Amino acid sequence: MITPHFSLRTSAIIIAVALQSLAPLAQADVYQDVGKLIKQGQFSQALEKTDQYLATIPKDPQARFMKGLILTELNRTPEAIVVFTKLTEEFPESPEPYNNLAVIYAQQKQYDKAREALETAIRTHPSYATAHENLGDIYAHMASQAYDKALQIDSSNASAQTKLAMIRDMMTSSRPTSARPVGKTVATATAAAQPAARPEPVVAAKPTPAATTTDSAANADAGEIGKTVTAWAAAWARKDVKAYLAFYASNFETPNGESRANWEGERDKRIAGKPGSIEVSVENLKVVMNGTNRATVRFHQNYKAASLKSSGPKTLTMVKQDGKWMIKQEQAGK
Amino acid sequence: MIRLAVATAICMLACNPVAAKAKHTRHHAKLKPAPVHHAKLKPAPVRRAKADKAVSLSTDTLKAPTRYSDSDPGPEPQLAKVFEQIEQNHLDDAMRQIDALINAYPNFRLAHLIKGDLLLARARQINTIGNMANAPPGKLNDFREEAIARINAYRDKPLANTVPRYLLQMQADQKYAVVVDTRKSRLYLYQNDKGTPRFVADYYISHGKLGTDKAREGDKKTPVGVYHVTGSLPRTKLGDFYGPGAFPISYPNEWDKRNGRNGHGIWLHGTPSNTFSRPPKASDGCVVMSNRDFDALAKNLQIGLTPVIISDGVEWLSLNDWQAERESLDKQIEQWRNDWESLDVNRYLANYSKKFLSDGQNIAQWGEHKRAVAGSKSWIKVGTSNLSVFRNPGKDEIVIVTFEQDYRSNNLSNVMKKRQFWQKEDGRWKIIYEGAA
Repeated sequence: MITPHFSLRTSAIIIAVALQSLAPLAQADVYQDVGKLIKQGQFSQALEKTDQYLATIPKDPQARFMKGLILTELNRTPEAIVVFTKLTEEFPESPEPYNNLAVIYAQQKQYDKAREALETAIRTHPSYATAHENLGDIYAHMASQAYDKALQIDSSNASAQTKLAMIRDMMTSSRPTSARPVGKTVATATAAAQPAARPEPVVAAKPTPAATTTDSAANADAGEIGKTVTAWAAAWARKDVKAYLAFYASNFETPNGESRANWEGERDKRIAGKPGSIEVSVENLKVVMNGTNRATVRFHQNYKAASLKSSGPKTLTMVKQDGKWMIKQEQAGK
Repeated sequence: MIRLAVATAICMLACNPVAAKAKHTRHHAKLKPAPVHHAKLKPAPVRRAKADKAVSLSTDTLKAPTRYSDSDPGPEPQLAKVFEQIEQNHLDDAMRQIDALINAYPNFRLAHLIKGDLLLARARQINTIGNMANAPPGKLNDFREEAIARINAYRDKPLANTVPRYLLQMQADQKYAVVVDTRKSRLYLYQNDKGTPRFVADYYISHGKLGTDKAREGDKKTPVGVYHVTGSLPRTKLGDFYGPGAFPISYPNEWDKRNGRNGHGIWLHGTPSNTFSRPPKASDGCVVMSNRDFDALAKNLQIGLTPVIISDGVEWLSLNDWQAERESLDKQIEQWRNDWESLDVNRYLANYSKKFLSDGQNIAQWGEHKRAVAGSKSWIKVGTSNLSVFRNPGKDEIVIVTFEQDYRSNNLSNVMKKRQFWQKEDGRWKIIYEGAA
């Protein structure tokens, strides 16, 4: 199982370099088209299109990265390994190709190699969440192998296959280090390939601390938003999935572009299905109004469950619908 | 950004929560102490060091080399180090150590289990030994018990100037004696050093699934008592299950039979080739050793001769106390011999218990018979040689005395191997069984 992870943002230095030297629009079109084909499961066509494109611009890293993904989907694993390995050699500072290599190695049960690749990814970007999560999975699998030896059993058939996250793009939101504030704009998978994803932040509204606002209506809204976020965190913590999901706007942009139903299903599994208790707390909440019906909310989120503890900044884009503040976008990071 | 802060509070065995200070490394960023399961495993006071100084014996034969300074010290030192490193939260060191241990003992399943734990600790918080999901809980418990047994035996070694109470006197030709402690899952090998038992080595062992005090055929229990090796079964006659071989022992002995205990086929044996060791309680009553330990032990066993004394908790005596007990018994045996030679049947019978039984004769019949033959005797000479005295484990104070008896009288002489069971009654040792051995 390959779990898609392609909400994005961040530096995309590689892409930026490519964009500067080449015709950006044509490129963006190709990425978009290939992305669509991948989404529809039309891998052969996607590969064909990518190959056509690479025939003209063979060095394009993003296209090669996509090719690696497509090859993985087509079970042409050795070729996929070659593609990702070359990318790691040419762009050793990018964690994504390492991560995807690791996913492939893990699928082949080469856990030591997978671990090495992930550790490299983490070395380049120490707080790269996907790689950390994947590394945790790798250790769990290695543990399972050791346990099998202890009990002289072969649980390989029974044990779940790796469910490591394959990165869908060389630019990902879960890669934090050089992330710049993006203001109200959150790039979608396709938009990310466009110049908006350049390192230069596109800030529509200058963030202003809510506290300094003199506008009383805005203050009222900020207070309302603060309460909403607190209630949202509380619903999450008490595993009330129904109440939790009710905080999300009808036009909520799911993080990986998946359908709302799929996303809700996933959240339900992650929240209601989690053993033990969950703690979620919100600190240093800051609200920036972008007009009257839209706000960017930044805070520090502390999350603690039996198996995972994480804390870090989170950004919600909230919109007012029928007088209520709802979440339109949710991002880890600033 | 989500930073994965894997909390790896491994608190396996001897985890000391105070020592569990966070050591931040990449993969196990937050270590916090977990509920402790170490009640059984508090490091025992290290008494050996003190004991070494306290050796007051005239001979220095008892400065025994320990198992752990031998060329093959077994896995315990490395295992102990692993737990020590876990206690100190040096999980990377612990991982290296466990890899070294697995390298040395590839079929040591407990080590694989701990390796699994150390790996899993990098992914999530774990609290005990054996965090494998869906594993049969009984099996995990077996591993925990093995770990506890091995670490305890390593940390709490017998004092250098003590001996198992049972080895009161070995025959001159008994080169070694084996003492098994089922509670500690340990076998101790002693050498007969001119009558004084000298510690040679100790080994981890497994015993019966359902414990000790065997009484019935098939009860999956290990007998408690004084036995000896009766034979040797080579590998070729056995399946792989028994490893390099087996040594049957003399269960049931005279005392077992008298108490109605039955069953047979209690052996010392090894393990299957893919298994370094089995859990503490694993056998159908046999005493099971690692194959390398079995081979080391086998060299020292004498068929028909080497005593194997099995206890569910060995009692250790200081050499002074051991010496005193041995002397009091020697005195009592000498008394019996003299009383027999005195031709005074009453004096002789004073050595026998009212509970005496031998080959169907009770004390009255025994006395009657002795009085009947006494009339024809003008003199009796009784010699005892090659004497052994072993105390039976347990709270009934019983010793088993075996010797060559050289009986001469005016009208009858014979030489036989004799065995007596003596029991302490009102502060005096008395014979409760006597017969040919």
